[in-house]
This record gives sequence, C-alpha cells and structure tokens, in this order.
Amino acid sequence: MGIEAGEGEQPFPPDSELVARLRGRDETAFVLMVGSWSGGLLRLARHFVSTNDSAAEVVQDTWLAVIHGLDSFEGRSSLKTWVCRILVNTAKRRGVREGRTIPWSSLPVAQDQGPTVDPARFLGPESEDPGHWRVFPQPWPMPSPEQEAVAKETRAVVEEALTHLPDRQRIVITLRDVEGYNAEEVCSILELSAANQRVLLHRARAFVRGRLEEYFAGAKAAADGG
Amino acid sequence: MPELSCAELVELVTDFLEGTLDPGTRDRFYSHLAMCEGCGPYVDQMRMTVRTLGDLPEESVPAEVRDALLAAFREGETR
Ligand SMILES: [Zn+2]
Repeated sequence: MGIEAGEGEQPFPPDSELVARLRGRDETAFVLMVGSWSGGLLRLARHFVSTNDSAAEVVQDTWLAVIHGLDSFEGRSSLKTWVCRILVNTAKRRGVREGRTIPWSSLPVAQDQGPTVDPARFLGPESEDPGHWRVFPQPWPMPSPEQEAVAKETRAVVEEALTHLPDRQRIVITLRDVEGYNAEEVCSILELSAANQRVLLHRARAFVRGRLEEYFAGAKAAADGG
Repeated sequence: MPELSCAELVELVTDFLEGTLDPGTRDRFYSHLAMCEGCGPYVDQMRMTVRTLGDLPEESVPAEVRDALLAAFREGETR
C-alpha cells in the first residue's frame, strides 16, 4: 500500500488524537499527516537549500526525525509547528553545508529598510499636501472563482514575485500567508522577534502587491489598446 | 497628533492588519482611511495579496519518498 495525498474531505484530527494515534503506530494517521503537510514543508525547504532534490531530502530527513522524536514531543506548540521547526533546523544545517546561509540574527539590513512604496507615487514637500498620493492606486479586477484561467495567471504572478524576494522575507511570507501559520508560530519556528517578523512580512507583502499592481496595470493597458 | 499622510499610512498597513498598532495610531489610521480615496484601495489590495498567497497550489512530494517514509514508520513499530 502506498501513501495517498491526505488532502480532501476527511477531517483532520486534533493534535491530542493525532499524537496518540502516531505513538500507537497508527499508519493511517501517519499517512494522513505526511500527505497533508509534506507539500508545505517542501515549499519551505526549497527556500533554504540549492536544489529541488536537496529540498526533498530535507523533507524526508524531517519526517525521519519526527518518527524517532515523537516521544519527545511535549505539546508546548502544535504538532505541525513542532514538525515545521524540525524542518527549518534540518534545512538550515543543509543550507550551511551547501554554502547558503541566511543571516537571521542581523536586522535591519538595507533590503529591510526604506519605503515599500516608491516615494515618487506621493506628492513632494513642495506641494500643499505632501505625502498624498499623486495618482490613487487603481482598483484591481480580481478574478471571480469562475474565471479560473485569470485566477491561475494571478497566482503565477505571485509565485514569480516570491522568487525575487530576499530569503528571509520569502521565508516569512511563505510561512504566514502561503502556509497559514500565525505570527507567534512563525516567531517560534524561525526564532525571530515579533517586531522583526512584522518588518519582514510587511516588506514582502508590499513587494508582492507591487508586482500584482504592475500585472493588472499591464493587463488593463493591453485590454484598452484593443 | 498630526494626521497621517498616505506615505506614512502605507508603511503601517501590516501592523494595522496584525492588530499591533497602538490605540492612538490606530485612530489616526481609521480617520485617514475614512477620508482618503487612495488608501482604502491600497489596504484592500494588501488584503487581496494575502488572499492570493493563500491560494497558491500545494506542492507534492515524490511517491517514492512517501513510500520510504511509511516503511520507516513501520520499522519503528518492530523496534
Ligand atoms: Zn491616503
């Protein structure tokens, strides 16, 4: 029997039940957990290491560490956060071996400072209303759920934008907005202060918003042009 | 307290969405939003950005890896 992806209708058990079942060596519970969480872990691992193969190995090593460390899980965080922290530590070590280190402790650096919106978008000090928009942000034609092709393109723009972010910003926004961990969990997974987590998240979101804005402006110009 | 400018407000959006603004700044944020035609759309676009990020497709791990993990989990059983 192989492992089926765990996404789908079946409700995910609460931690207390899941942990008890895993400790009782319940294979269904293990398959469900690995199927549900591996995709997110893989996406995250890729930000720390150089290749996709290496990221897949990090995920594998993480699960092996989870299998052998289950008895040491104390429930001080959710099981998912605990697994994620193991992944981050495994991925960091692997990244170091591959010559990719991410300077988590040094903040702020240049790329984490300065305005997140081009100052040219606002009126200058010579105006009557300095700091006010010169031209308002234009509304976006966000695709409705029925417009799957457009929605897909919008997601592709976002995926592409993520690849241009500095590592720390990309990792924080991936955890928060793609994978859905809350601020406290992200601080614990990455050993970041709450303030630094917010700075990195803000810069990352503002950058991705800017890319979407460019995309929608370009799409509108193309439509207006015929 | 002086009013916030648009250029200042855009740098506070994440703190606003996170609920971490101090009460005074939060009041200034709301009063600016109420009278500015540009910042409302900006805040909405930040929300839409977050929503789109949450809709990105799941990646998947190769079947061989998943099978190897299940084997490792089974082995743990017999130790
Ligand atoms: Zn404004």
